[in-house]
Amino acid sequence: MNAPHAFHPLARLLHWTMAVLILAMLFIGVGMVTTVSGKHQWLLAIHRPLGATLFVLVLLRLCVRLRFKPPALPADMPALMQFVAHASHWVLYGLMLAMPLVGWAMLSAGGYPVMLGSAWHLPPLLPANGEVFAWLRLTHRYLAYLLFLTILGHMGAALYHALIRRDDVFPSMTFPSLAHAPSPEPVITADDASSIPANEAEGHIVEPAAPAPTRPPAAPEE
Amino acid sequence: MSEPAPKPQHLLWRWCAIGSAVLLLAVAFGYVGGWLAPKRLTAQRIVDALQHNGGVHPGYRRNHAKGICVAGYFEGNGAGSEFSRSEVFTAGRTPFVGRFAVPGGNPYAPDGSVPIRSMALRFSLANGQQWRTGMNSMPVFPVSTPQAFYEQLQASQPDPATGKPDPSRLKAFFGQHPETAAFLAWVKTAKPSASYATESYSGLNAFYFVEAKGVRHAVRWQVVPEAKDAAPGPAGDTDYLANDLRTRLAAGPLRWHLMVTLAAPDDPVDDATKVWPADRKTLDVGTLVIESEQAQESGPCRDINYDPTVLPDGIEVSGDPLLPARSAAYADSYLRRTGEEAHVPGAAHADPSRQEHP
Repeated sequence: MNAPHAFHPLARLLHWTMAVLILAMLFIGVGMVTTVSGKHQWLLAIHRPLGATLFVLVLLRLCVRLRFKPPALPADMPALMQFVAHASHWVLYGLMLAMPLVGWAMLSAGGYPVMLGSAWHLPPLLPANGEVFAWLRLTHRYLAYLLFLTILGHMGAALYHALIRRDDVFPSMTFPSLAHAPSPEPVITADDASSIPANEAEGHIVEPAAPAPTRPPAAPEE
Repeated sequence: MSEPAPKPQHLLWRWCAIGSAVLLLAVAFGYVGGWLAPKRLTAQRIVDALQHNGGVHPGYRRNHAKGICVAGYFEGNGAGSEFSRSEVFTAGRTPFVGRFAVPGGNPYAPDGSVPIRSMALRFSLANGQQWRTGMNSMPVFPVSTPQAFYEQLQASQPDPATGKPDPSRLKAFFGQHPETAAFLAWVKTAKPSASYATESYSGLNAFYFVEAKGVRHAVRWQVVPEAKDAAPGPAGDTDYLANDLRTRLAAGPLRWHLMVTLAAPDDPVDDATKVWPADRKTLDVGTLVIESEQAQESGPCRDINYDPTVLPDGIEVSGDPLLPARSAAYADSYLRRTGEEAHVPGAAHADPSRQEHP
């Protein structure tokens, strides 16, 4: 087992920062398109620059994800559950990348200036075209619903790991020192495991892996 | 497979905690999105009411459906720069795509059916910013809040028996809304004009101009025509406005002056039903020059949402509650009509059995 026992601290910081911002973004989005109150203006004013920020953050996060190997899922998780965990994480990455791009393209196609502040704006991604706008606007809406549903599932699954399975998945994205389950391979004791600095675990990545991997590397559980 | 961890205690409560957390988040989302608050006034409900009164005309705006595209430029004289840092007010030209229209949701309504005309403009500034404004040929708006506007739409619903609004419902509405008095006084003497070119158009809502140093000034604007040959529309013709515009533009460009009125400290900036006293300082900040027109079905104004809250640096929205409602409702109308053009699933289709126009 050369996978670390927890996510890199930078990955954890990005995960929780983006979790708060993305949830805020979804609520801002669904609120601003319906409300006719004064909130409409300031929600709209937050939505665009926050979307641009999240786009930068997700690019950074992808780099962190590819640079630092995530911990493997518990070996005793059923294969189907493992598959759903891995697949849902790549769906989340895909949606986090797609939402800001679709939003930017949609405003461009609608002929709107993509204002990030009172004076600052992004160049258009596409030429103005009402029909393209309509398709992108609906795409933005339904991808947002899908993102929200995936987040609900992700949150439920994280709590399932924390409260029902009580394995090390939840601590691996929160406080790795709380991990309690003994390692499946009794190479190191639980005490040793909790004292391994994260960057030591990360060092394993550059080592040539001795046994040829018999299955694809584990996708992140975050 | 390794031995699973011992079964946790209070398993049922643990499942309940997970379910509650997920459900709570979902309900909060549903509430904010309006699905779980059916009585809240939303942009969609305002547009539904407009659509109910004017009928569904796929591809057309849900209000001010009948109109014509125009294009030209604004020649700033520099006088506005004292009060707003926007580039549009410096001396020089800013191109715009505009639209003249008649209120109501029916794109085939007779031009003489209402005494109001509107002018919308989208200025494209050289710095990439935009200024969009939708103006009307009346000095005040009938109501001051989105809720009252929605009630007015409901009171103006066509009676299924006559096809016209029920006068008693309208009377009751205006009785309950004394803020409509200024509009009613104006509309009593207003006549449908024979031309778009002879009308003045008022921005109605107040905005703030922002100086380079950040000082804000509450303003309203109005465009005043150079053409002085105003006349009532001809009887018996239902489409004279577009023809008149075409004829006039064939003879040369049409001009308006953009007049900006500065509020005194106590003037209401959040109430579009109240005019400001006539002695307020008013500046002529430049000339609007309209050079060409084009049918809206194929013209450049078709796919523009004239949302009056799309503003350049140097102009800001006021606290007028109509402005966010206009922005939200226009966006919904824009999505409906562009969706109809694109034939997205669920968009309204033209009903060939109810062709109202050749």
